[in-house]
Amino acid sequence: MPALEPAAQSTSPVYEEVLENGLRVLIQSVHTAPLATVWCWYRVGSRDEVPGLTGVSHWVEHMNFKGTTNIPRDQIKGIIEKYGGYWNGYTWIDQTTYTETATRDALDHMLFIEAERMRSCLYDPADCESERTVIISELQGGENDPEQLLDQELTATAFRAHSYRHPTIGWLSDLQTMTREDLYGHYRRFYAPNNATLVIVGDVDRANAMREAVKHFGTLEQSDVRRRASTVEPEQLGERRMTISKEGTTAYLKVGFHAPGVTHDDFFPLLVLDTVLTGAKGLNLWASFRTLPPQRSARLYQALVNSGLASAVNGALLPTEEPFLYTISVTATDGVALDRVEAVTLAELERARTNGITPQELQKAKNQLRARLVFENDSITNIAHQLGFFQTIASWHVYPSLSQRIEAVTLAEVNRVAGDRLKPTSRTVGRFEPIR
Amino acid sequence: MIAGLAPTREVLANGVTVLAKRTSTTPAVTLIANLRAGSVHDTAELPGVAHFVSRTIDRGTERYSADELAEQLDSRGVTLAASVTRHALSLACTCLVEDLDDVLGLVADVVMRPSFPAAEVDRRRGEIVTLIRQDEDNPSVVAVETLMSMLYGSHPYGVRARGTVASVEHIDRQVLQRFHAAHCVPKGLSLAVVGDIDPARAIDAARTTFGDWTGGESVDVTGMPVPPASGRHSHVVSMMNKSQTDIAYGFATITRQDASYYAYSLMNNILGQYSLGGRLGDSIREQQGMAYYVFSSLDANLMPGPLVIRAGVSPANVTKAVASIDTELQKLVDSGPTEQELQESKQYLIGSMPRTLETNMGIASYLQTVEFFGLGLDYDVRMPDLLRAVTPAHVHDVARRAIDPANATVVVAGPFQGPLS
Repeated sequence: MPALEPAAQSTSPVYEEVLENGLRVLIQSVHTAPLATVWCWYRVGSRDEVPGLTGVSHWVEHMNFKGTTNIPRDQIKGIIEKYGGYWNGYTWIDQTTYTETATRDALDHMLFIEAERMRSCLYDPADCESERTVIISELQGGENDPEQLLDQELTATAFRAHSYRHPTIGWLSDLQTMTREDLYGHYRRFYAPNNATLVIVGDVDRANAMREAVKHFGTLEQSDVRRRASTVEPEQLGERRMTISKEGTTAYLKVGFHAPGVTHDDFFPLLVLDTVLTGAKGLNLWASFRTLPPQRSARLYQALVNSGLASAVNGALLPTEEPFLYTISVTATDGVALDRVEAVTLAELERARTNGITPQELQKAKNQLRARLVFENDSITNIAHQLGFFQTIASWHVYPSLSQRIEAVTLAEVNRVAGDRLKPTSRTVGRFEPIR
Repeated sequence: MIAGLAPTREVLANGVTVLAKRTSTTPAVTLIANLRAGSVHDTAELPGVAHFVSRTIDRGTERYSADELAEQLDSRGVTLAASVTRHALSLACTCLVEDLDDVLGLVADVVMRPSFPAAEVDRRRGEIVTLIRQDEDNPSVVAVETLMSMLYGSHPYGVRARGTVASVEHIDRQVLQRFHAAHCVPKGLSLAVVGDIDPARAIDAARTTFGDWTGGESVDVTGMPVPPASGRHSHVVSMMNKSQTDIAYGFATITRQDASYYAYSLMNNILGQYSLGGRLGDSIREQQGMAYYVFSSLDANLMPGPLVIRAGVSPANVTKAVASIDTELQKLVDSGPTEQELQESKQYLIGSMPRTLETNMGIASYLQTVEFFGLGLDYDVRMPDLLRAVTPAHVHDVARRAIDPANATVVVAGPFQGPLS
């Protein structure tokens, strides 16, 4: 079994076992703090949704905190808190996941909660109804943010066919009409050991943690997931554009290009290219984006922010199972015309596409990414997140190989990928034009 | 707690305080430099200076241009994050152990010898104006800033740290230099160094970089009177281009040094923190399904800080949500907490300490808080008993004093035109 690069003597290799019912269990002992973390991952996200049921995966995530056969609703609160613990969950396009981090003596309770969540949630009709308004409130809170609105509209414009096109929160009318049976059917179909990965990391004994996992999950029944192949997005044949005209104070630009999935040969060269353009973010969806990237010497920062045209610029290439988007987001400085911001952004992207990057830029990008990978392995929560995240979209083995894959990227690969991926014909340009 | 954190603390001859702790999770080190140069030092005539300093302090020094600094940090994968609060201007970053000496040298240069080049100042002014415009379009920021201004009036806590578009236009290089010379001084600096580095070596490195720095006394702003609460006040800021309404509901409370701090902290946890937003979360999110987020936060500071309740609700539910907040507060004022609630919140706050102290950034932030409020190097060991000593009667007593809905200030911002009652 390949081991993670040991961050310290106190870290053991990753142990992997698949139970008879199909549950994949990943365990890593890390004895740096008296804590344990559990992440339970399901291979279901908004891309598994059809029109009329958009947002069902995320709503199901909310319902899975509301009581199970053996945990009455009013007793969920406190199980983890008693151990000083933190719990949460999230849903995105490829995945839904749940986590607890607490002192190590809470491990049995954490696994009990996750096993209950997998097959025994209640979906009380009154709770489903009350959560409908909570979800709509979450959607409306997102709409208050012009950048989030622009992101949603740009994604829906860049994709015509693939189900990555609709927002994870869902479209409002679907949230108004979905029923308890829709939610429960989705839950029963996708929440099963054969569609899940359980990750345990922390100050735990491997054999003991495995015994606990078998105890809680070993008898859970499988489900017929009936996974269907996603619609393949047809090739984009020319630039697409969209504009949001809405009251506001600030103008935003967003440019999107069709990007490779994480297992495609182009993924890491494109990650290096993004680092040259906007600085290294790292690859942890849970942690990397909470701090700004080192980006002040990056090309787009220099061209846009240091020239005074923009107050912020950022790039995003996120690891996904199927081809998603590489996006550049720009906030125009107050008083600067969005047309100028757009012209400079597109000219810089075109320069990268036609001339590529330099050997010095390649080396700097690799150094940045190497440092970011170290920084984002600083907690058991982050390590466990990465193992489960990559297992759900590809294989957990991607995670320990990240630094080698980045190191192996060549100048020729980056320049080829820049030429192929940044073509004007495959881009979508989105503008938020405020009406004052 | 299994064992205390036991950090090392040393005050250099020039007054710089160094806090160090070795960890071995990753081959990295986190640095936080805290200067007592927060926005409380801004004047009523020219708000926004401290914030402007935080946006320009790392844009050129006597040794390096802005581009050279950027290149040095970027090539090591380091983001130097500058931020400002009411009382502190902070620079924080994480670097690989192998880069520590170089990065510490750059941070020291930025702290001690920023040059505030005029061209950089002009460029960052455009960014700050854009940030202020974005704030004006953000119901959540508008609700909280309006609440703070109503609670505190002309007290520095009531003034927007970013200043106004008009004030920012008047802040130039000389203003920034004067602020830096007056408030960024050795006696006002505490430096935390946490990571895979021996504390003695970290302190030596700090002495090498900061030891020769000279400067005057560090004087923080304290003791300014907070306007007394008198009756209930409410205000609506209509932002009809938005989808959701933000509620900010609050009170001025106590200082961090107040003897009843631990009772306040537990009251806040019971009211709006525990699990999914405490009693408020139970009522407004879980029972009534009215909000995606509802919580309370307590900011006991050098001067009496606020307790703020926040919720995001549909415009149709604003009146009902405010009434539910009133009801929950009144219950706590009338009857205090239950034994069980208090016990649960204590267990949670005590048990969460190892999580707080898991990462280098977590430890470094904690050390800065301990230093800032003078809580003592063994605070992590003493804290559990300080919480355990609080009784239901203490919490009931502070609830009666602090969160009477009849003395609340309530602000609503979003697609709502009122009235509030």
